[in-house]
Amino acid sequence: MRRRQASQDARRAREFETFVAGAAGRLLHAATLLTAEARDDNPRARALLTASLAHTYATWDRLRGEDPYDRARQQLAIRYARGAWHRYRGHSGLLERLAPQERLILVLRMYEGVAEEQTAALLGLPVERVRAICARAISLLLHPPRGPAPKATGPDPAAQRGPAAQPRTGPEAGADAGAAMNGGSTRTEAAPS
Amino acid sequence: MNQSRRKEATVRRLLEEASPPPVPQELYAEAVRRGGRLLRRRAALRRVMWLLLLAAAVAFVVWASTARPWVEPPSETTPPLTGW
Repeated sequence: MRRRQASQDARRAREFETFVAGAAGRLLHAATLLTAEARDDNPRARALLTASLAHTYATWDRLRGEDPYDRARQQLAIRYARGAWHRYRGHSGLLERLAPQERLILVLRMYEGVAEEQTAALLGLPVERVRAICARAISLLLHPPRGPAPKATGPDPAAQRGPAAQPRTGPEAGADAGAAMNGGSTRTEAAPS
Repeated sequence: MNQSRRKEATVRRLLEEASPPPVPQELYAEAVRRGGRLLRRRAALRRVMWLLLLAAAVAFVVWASTARPWVEPPSETTPPLTGW
């Protein structure tokens, strides 16, 4: 019994090491994009990734053929979305202008290539909303507004009065679930340009 | 549609182009340490639950064998005397 346990531990450690060697670079990059930290100074991204990998390690024996990378990425997204990582606002990195939710959806959709439906299911949002947030994040990233970024410190008056005439793209049934992780950003949806 | 595809491609390239941060050496060891702690804690919790279940089962058996709740209790009233 004890010997079987030991051999299982050894096998898990071996497999997990191979997995980390292959996946940690990409996952850490994704985490650093999420926390909007500098490339060489990313303690939060490291902590986020370490926690996700620890969970992946703990559930390693129960993967049953599932891709461990998917698991780790899912953990990363969930842990980021759950809060704690929102309060700190990164001041460098590519996505510093984006709100936490926009960053998360942009990274999942564009960097990790997760399908719209899966992203929506993972975050508990309607698919239309994921699409709208992704489009907004893309246009924010490609055409940054002039001047200092005014968002996420409070409601942005300009954005609130902007798209009022725009028809909603879909039912807002799950909007409340999404609002919980919105991180104080109360802007209405901007139409994709 | 075409334009939005082009934008997506641009964003993908932007995200990929940024050089990935170096992975610190201690990240693997720390993840294994914390993951192992999580595993041990879960195993301990499972063990405690089994022990509790076992203790409850033993307590029930002991109680049942002394109280014998399935035995009909002796009648406390005498039937009325008739047919004299």
